[in-house]
Amino acid sequence: MTDEPVLEVRELRKEYRVRTSRAEAVPAAGSALLGHAVTRRERAGVLVAVDDVSFSVSPGQSLAVVGESGSGKTTVARMVVGLERPTSGTIMVSGRERSWRHVSSRERRRRAREVQIVFQDPYSSLDPRMSVRASLDESLRLHFDWTRERRDERVAELLDQVGLDRRQANSLPKALSGGQRQRVAIARALASEPRVLICDEAVASLDVSIQAQILNLLSDIRDATGVSYLFISHDLAVVRQVSDAVLVMRRGRVIEAGPTASVLSEPSDAYTKQLLAAIPRPGWKPTPSNS
Amino acid sequence: MNVLEINHLAVELPVEGALRRVLHDVTLSIGPGEAVGLVGESGAGKSMASRAVIRLLPAGAAVHGDIRYSGDSVLAMDRAALRHFRTHDVAMVFQDPRAHINPVRTIGDFLLEALLERGERRDDARAAVIAVLAAVGVSEPERRLRQFPHELSGGLLQRVMIAAALAVSPTLLLADEPTTALDVTTQSDVMVILDARRRERGLAMLFVTHDLELAAAVCDRIAVLYAGFLVEDAPAGDLHRNLRHPYTAGLLASRPDPVAPRPRLAAIPGRPLSAFEVGAGCAFAPRCAFAVERCHLERPELRVLDAGRVACHRAEELAGQLALSPTPGGSE
Ligand SMILES: Nc1ncnc2c1ncn2[C@@H]1O[C@H](COP(=O)(O)OP(=O)(O)OP(=O)(O)O)[C@@H](O)[C@H]1O
Ligand code: SF4
Ligand SMILES: [Mg+2]
Repeated sequence: MTDEPVLEVRELRKEYRVRTSRAEAVPAAGSALLGHAVTRRERAGVLVAVDDVSFSVSPGQSLAVVGESGSGKTTVARMVVGLERPTSGTIMVSGRERSWRHVSSRERRRRAREVQIVFQDPYSSLDPRMSVRASLDESLRLHFDWTRERRDERVAELLDQVGLDRRQANSLPKALSGGQRQRVAIARALASEPRVLICDEAVASLDVSIQAQILNLLSDIRDATGVSYLFISHDLAVVRQVSDAVLVMRRGRVIEAGPTASVLSEPSDAYTKQLLAAIPRPGWKPTPSNS
Repeated sequence: MNVLEINHLAVELPVEGALRRVLHDVTLSIGPGEAVGLVGESGAGKSMASRAVIRLLPAGAAVHGDIRYSGDSVLAMDRAALRHFRTHDVAMVFQDPRAHINPVRTIGDFLLEALLERGERRDDARAAVIAVLAAVGVSEPERRLRQFPHELSGGLLQRVMIAAALAVSPTLLLADEPTTALDVTTQSDVMVILDARRRERGLAMLFVTHDLELAAAVCDRIAVLYAGFLVEDAPAGDLHRNLRHPYTAGLLASRPDPVAPRPRLAAIPGRPLSAFEVGAGCAFAPRCAFAVERCHLERPELRVLDAGRVACHRAEELAGQLALSPTPGGSE
């Protein structure tokens, strides 16, 4: 592996067109309607969800993007994985620039092999009629031209890697707990041997005891495979645990960036300080956030 | 006299024609002006326990045990008494304001409902809700009264729900994850409001949350629920100094620290059980690093220990052994 970034994002920008009247009356409700982070209103009718965001991720690195609701972090993730088209800016994966014109299905598959995403709600991303084993096998068939035998071997390996047993492998998603489903989603994402795994609030809805298991799992997987993470989260404690570097976003912009350890122990931006100060911990007393 | 006393509360709910246990044994009291944090993982029964207090359980629920408000049995209240209790003495705040505020009625209608229902004059009620909206930090309260829920952000709507709860000047507030859906800075704002009410009006509070640190920071006592059992009840200040129950210790150790990360989290193995899945013995035994044979056979009773109560056979023995800063790989 070289030190060349596996993912490089330059001056990324995303605008959403919205009906002016609604945007003007209630920007907050506008964001709920679109289901995306819609934060700043520059011209009437245009909401800038992501504004001039640049970062790079090297192989095996874990970069976290933190921010509160509406900060634009999920929109960044969706653009990187190709679910959303940037208004401007570039996204380079393994040194190749992503173009949004004439993407063949073969090209789409190649991209999917490079970047995978795990969402907050594993249920919605799994086919309810497919057993865990079948769903992993499907993903392998899509990405590789392998024999049945080879796929079976790889399925067993993936199950092992995420800590699921035989019985669970034959279950449908509805027979699994939330933590187990998230393990399936992670295994499915890893099936294509991606270079970058995006985790979009992937542990946010899990119970703390399960969350700890998944965080440990993600760290084991990184050690074993050298995959890079783009870790989207609102939770600074989780971010401290899983990332080497962090971007703090607010209203579509990056307001602070650097190594996670230094940003979270000596934040320089007032908003980062405010976010940290709001986390309950021993001796903590709630204070007004003045925002 | 205690504001709230819950004694050996057990609840069963109808599931596909049969009754299913969702709470086994909850004993808990709250004094005047006291805040008790009810913590535990998903499905532990936190919401069911708090709803049982105002008899807001799903239809067909079977409730055993005793619930007393200022000495009066809530379960024995007739319709009129229950109505009086719900409109004068107790108020509830839910996690998801959008699911509990009628979307086609105005914020004003929602806020005035309880006050009008208990016979207050419209003008007085209006003045009261405007004052309480301002107190919880809602700007332009008069205008808000004419707005509809979809016109407000989640954080603002949660303040509206808290305002509705406080408007009736309750003696007891049941807050079921009031800040879980909010950003941390908004959470901090909401906690400031609730804190102020407690200090100014002596409001007693049952604060339901899955966030042990939040509960410890804003409550006087912490009650920990696991699979329908109350397993520990301790002064909030003891949480980091004097752990008594292995599950509480495990919960604390599972949570990463934003300032001092650990190389590896000491995760509790397995998953939280639902109340109906629990066999004989201690409900936590299948996941407990300290379980011995007795734990699998005999159910530990909740008993007094130091300044709190704990349901663990080995509590005395383990005192001081439950790692406060867990070692890597400790229990996984
Ligand atoms: N209407 C219902 N009918 C039957 N069972 C129910 C019903 N509602 C909840 N339950 C069950 O009751 C148990 C306790 O649920 P409860 O909602 O009180 O948990 P909780 O501790 O509040 O969890 P969470 O943190 O997810 O809110 C769970 O096992 C749940 O599945
Ligand atoms: S009673 Fe036994 S199994 Fe239960 S918490 Fe105590 S040591 Fe663990
Ligand atoms: Mg609940």
